[in-house]
Amino acid sequence: MMPYTPAPTETPANGVHPRPPLTTPAPQVSPLASEDAGATKDVSGRLGLLKRALLRPVRQATRWLPALAVLAGLILLWQWYASQPEIDPLILPTPLAIWQALVAQRDLLWANTLVTLNETAVGFGAALVVGVLFGVAIDFTPWLRRALYPLLVASQTIPIIALAPLLVLWFGFGLTSKSIVIALVCFFPMTVALADGLRAVDPELIKLYRSFGAGRWRIFWSVRLPAALPSLFSGIRIAIAYSMIGAIFSEYVGAVAGLGYYIELKQHEFATAGVLAAVVVTAVVSVALFALVAVVERLALPWYYAAGRE
Amino acid sequence: MGQQANYTRSSAPLLSVRDVAMRYHTQHGGWLAALAGVSLEVAEGEFVALVGPSGCGKSTLLSQIAGLETPTSGQIALRGDPEALRLGRVGYMPQRDLLLPWRDALGNAIAGLEVQGTPHGEAKRRARALFADFGLAGFERAYPATLSGGMRQRVAFARTALATRDLLLLDEPFGALDALTRASLQRWLGSVWARLGMTCLLVTHDVDEALLLADRIYVMTPRPGRIRMERRLPLAPDELRRRPRAPEFLLRPEIAALKAELLATLTDEAEIASRANSVSRANSVSNSESLASFTGGQGGAQ
Repeated sequence: MMPYTPAPTETPANGVHPRPPLTTPAPQVSPLASEDAGATKDVSGRLGLLKRALLRPVRQATRWLPALAVLAGLILLWQWYASQPEIDPLILPTPLAIWQALVAQRDLLWANTLVTLNETAVGFGAALVVGVLFGVAIDFTPWLRRALYPLLVASQTIPIIALAPLLVLWFGFGLTSKSIVIALVCFFPMTVALADGLRAVDPELIKLYRSFGAGRWRIFWSVRLPAALPSLFSGIRIAIAYSMIGAIFSEYVGAVAGLGYYIELKQHEFATAGVLAAVVVTAVVSVALFALVAVVERLALPWYYAAGRE
Repeated sequence: MGQQANYTRSSAPLLSVRDVAMRYHTQHGGWLAALAGVSLEVAEGEFVALVGPSGCGKSTLLSQIAGLETPTSGQIALRGDPEALRLGRVGYMPQRDLLLPWRDALGNAIAGLEVQGTPHGEAKRRARALFADFGLAGFERAYPATLSGGMRQRVAFARTALATRDLLLLDEPFGALDALTRASLQRWLGSVWARLGMTCLLVTHDVDEALLLADRIYVMTPRPGRIRMERRLPLAPDELRRRPRAPEFLLRPEIAALKAELLATLTDEAEIASRANSVSRANSVSNSESLASFTGGQGGAQ
């Protein structure tokens, strides 16, 4: 008999062997050392990714320096210009005045931020559920795709600016009307992203799973849905960016609390610094929500980022 | 079914394909014959290669044997039983590795067993055993993106081998790899086949690959796809089973003569096909493409 030829030893794509392959003798490496190497690799799975996801802002602080420098320059320029005697602070307050308004009104701003965040959470959550259901439904049969897709596109052509006052009329000044506006703004990008992601799955992969004897649902859960997740997350990122805009807008139209309501109130008082203070809070919250989605995505799809994507 | 009565269960070959034809509707309302009267057999433990140019219908035939497509006419039987369910029993190994990027190597290897309902623990145990055998030990937790093309293909091979009960169908499994990796994986596959006692049907357009791996070779010709020739390798029985075959094996006079014969049949048929092509309107694959695909050895996917 021919002796068994050891499997070809190749270098993995990243150019380093996680462990010496067993097919080549490695007398210089103690078994303990190679076990350690294996253990480190295991930990660098989910836990390591959590650490990396949380440390990312710190690591990237240096990368953000140019942007921060430009921002600081612009604020200084603004401060200088708005301090000129001929500039009316009611028209253009200085950044310092905005900051002072923000500090002075911090309790009120915080209470209104919580209201807006609550609306965003409810509206976005509903949009996520509805968006995923529609995305799966569209994917399920060509018939449903033809039936639903035009309606969903049509729903996006309705100007929210016309609809929002009606929603207030129908559902009142509270949480419901706000959540509906947010959900209407948010669900579409997620539906489209998921449906596209499900459709883009490699047909050869589906063929392979069928050859294993897998049925339609098995293929959906094991292959198509996981493969579509990166695409769904793209939709979620777009939706979360829209969600705060939707919330502020719907409050602006008619509300009894929230950042949009606060902005409207301050506008009526001609407290321009207060308006801009609420705008600053909105921007900070939006960025925080976006960052939250990015962290969740990194935790949910460690494989996607392990492939060297940044 | 007449054929079924012809053999008893014990004497029936593992796989028998009888007069399988496949026709597609064309856009012009006519028919396009992809396969016409294809018959072949694979015995238990045998390594059979099916050589043909791109577009000769060999991948279609493989899909039918796997149970993924149904032939227009003809019969495909497992151990003489044409009613036997082939999905989930016959292993199908595509050209690309098709590993799931969100699962580590071991998770990918057990994917087929999982679908078939094997308990998770047992599936992992069997996969680990095979990993050691396949030179993949130590890479169980590695994501596919961090593995080389050859290693990924071996993981994919482990996945199919674990899920296979009867017959392994290999659809140009090394076609997407570079020449050196392909050569080493061919040697590796030969040795694995010899040790594990599998039954393989390999589809390829590479005559050398067929000669290095197979006991028996069918030559398939295109438009419509049919078996043109069948040859057993001219070797003594004990030598026939020996793997892996060294590259020098191809230089032996009797093997070189067989290679020339196979190539002549393929080229001859390609010329006939190209002449037919210039008349026919229904064909999409150009003759230069199909010629290059087996003379160059590096041809495109089907």
